[in-house]
Amino acid sequence: MNFGGIVPEVLIASLMVASVPIILAAIGELVVEKAGVLNLGVEGMMIMGAICGFATAVGTGNPYLGFAGGALGAAALSLVFAVLTQVFLANQVATGLALTLFGLGLSSLIGQGYVGIKPPATGDVPLGPLEDIPFFGTVLFSHDWVVYLSIAVVAGVWAVLKFTRIGLILRAVGESHDAAHALGYKVVRIRVLAILFGGAMAGLGGAYVSLIRVPQWTDGITAGAGWIALAIVVFASWKPWRVLLGAYLFGGITVLQLNLQAAGATIPVEYLSMSPYLITILVLVIMSSGKGKAALNAPASLGQNFHASR
Amino acid sequence: MKRRTILKGGAALGFASMLGGKMALAQGLEKVKAGFVYVGPIGDGGWTFQHHQGALAVQEAYGDKVEIVWQENVPEGADAERVLTQMALSGCNIIFTTSFGFMDPTNAVAAKFPDIKFEHATGYKRDHANVSTYNARFYEGRAVQGHIAGKMTKTNKIGYIASFPIPEVIMGINSYYLHAKKANPAVELSIVWAFTWFDPAKEADAAKALIDQDVDVIASHTDSTAPLAEAAKTNGAVIGFGQASDMAEYKPSPRVSSIIDNWAPYYVKRVGALLDGTYAQLDAWEGIAGGEVEIGEITDAVPADVKAEAEAMRDAIAAGTYHPFTGPINKQDGSAWLAEGATAPDGDLLGMMFYVEGITGEIPS
Repeated sequence: MNFGGIVPEVLIASLMVASVPIILAAIGELVVEKAGVLNLGVEGMMIMGAICGFATAVGTGNPYLGFAGGALGAAALSLVFAVLTQVFLANQVATGLALTLFGLGLSSLIGQGYVGIKPPATGDVPLGPLEDIPFFGTVLFSHDWVVYLSIAVVAGVWAVLKFTRIGLILRAVGESHDAAHALGYKVVRIRVLAILFGGAMAGLGGAYVSLIRVPQWTDGITAGAGWIALAIVVFASWKPWRVLLGAYLFGGITVLQLNLQAAGATIPVEYLSMSPYLITILVLVIMSSGKGKAALNAPASLGQNFHASR
Repeated sequence: MKRRTILKGGAALGFASMLGGKMALAQGLEKVKAGFVYVGPIGDGGWTFQHHQGALAVQEAYGDKVEIVWQENVPEGADAERVLTQMALSGCNIIFTTSFGFMDPTNAVAAKFPDIKFEHATGYKRDHANVSTYNARFYEGRAVQGHIAGKMTKTNKIGYIASFPIPEVIMGINSYYLHAKKANPAVELSIVWAFTWFDPAKEADAAKALIDQDVDVIASHTDSTAPLAEAAKTNGAVIGFGQASDMAEYKPSPRVSSIIDNWAPYYVKRVGALLDGTYAQLDAWEGIAGGEVEIGEITDAVPADVKAEAEAMRDAIAAGTYHPFTGPINKQDGSAWLAEGATAPDGDLLGMMFYVEGITGEIPS
């Protein structure tokens, strides 16, 4: 199949790859926000994950350890946020923004010695004969393991939030921390754990950028992906599968518009360039406007600090 | 002393600093503080990296007599004005703004600080006596790349990752296409506008989109090494060029050659002029001959005869015997631009907002 020079299976395969960093960062942030914490430091944590992952992979020669290193590095940075906001009750918005600035600067400092080095390659998952199935082989079975992981994480978060006791507690903390506290749940501890999870996921997303998507280290390599992830969480009205959809829409239209340009489509480039932002927002807003309850999806305690003495 | 005067601000500012500037200019300055404003991070491995190399060369050349300061990641637009004003107030004698989008902010701030010298890269506005512009004839390097691209492509499809629709970029596209076409009449050019100078993931996506369209030679006019990293994933099927910086880490393939911006001679010359009092407003536009545009080593991935032809073209351009825009050349719509044997006047190039004949697609406005 071929539409105006664009092969759909190749396009879908590309969009799945292009969306991975945003999915990972957004699903992590979704958990954090479900616990009632607004961490605007996603961009900073992503880029810390990118450099820590890169440094670990180059140091050990093992891309898998690289991803672990990226997740750890970003989680460590998110711990700073957790301590400031959960222990010292600092303003979450200001602390989150500061975290991004700090992460950008620190990553640049750590990255000084890594410019121009190539990381060890991460291969595709060998799926043997499955890769030869027409259409689906290219779309579903020709990816690296992180692509599959990103989908698994979304499914996992959805299942945990919806079906498990842990999910229920997490949501309770996000909806009303006072009530959760009265029931005997450790609000601060749960939030710190959620923040660490969010950090680790953002770190994985960042490491994906520096290890697979653009296998190199460059200052500022995430170039705003963290902000897109933050926006997608809101427009997806805090629902895991909609995060996946939003990220695929955004990634997909970004890839599609570049492909359309490369194929010489006659649509003006200005419209093509703005289309990812426009269409993603439109679709998600329309989806969440139907029941008139979109605003109710926001965790009620989002962004509010909690102290047991209140 | 002078700095304190400026800091006092108010109405005295303009007069006092102008006086200081005039006196200083006559005798040359004892010590120069030079500011550099970068659009991306120094670690981009491309455009900004090369400007910073130039800044470091200034420090090297004059040692204690100069102090350099710089600011990375300055957005083009209103924020740039704030950064420039800050630099001007902090006592810089000369400020280099190193991206096209700093053109209006540079001129606006220059109006307020008549004794401070402003140097804007790649622009064309010199609204005030203290604003100079400087640029490099990158299209000369693009001609050499175009020749290599035309000879090397097996699919007859070549690609170009463009940043913003400005004459600077369009000049490069035209030069690249003309010479690829000359080397291989069957060649087709795909252009992708990324609308960014620096976004590695997007640059990589753009390269991937081109590769998905069977393009096997990619030139880029963005700042990072990401397009080469994407090309490297194809195990040699796709080649590209280092842009702004040598990008030698991708030798011998996919990076088969490069355009290296060498700003050091210009920066050293201008700061030197300020030190010895010979500084004057300038509209500088040097190319391969002046050493501002260097062609990075052509690697063994390119056959010896193609390499020899490319080097011969480089040398002819340097010697002034060949101009990359030599007629007959028509515009995209078929109307005549250059007659047989005529070469493009600089004015035409600096305002170039049209494709040459044979390129498909429209320039975004």
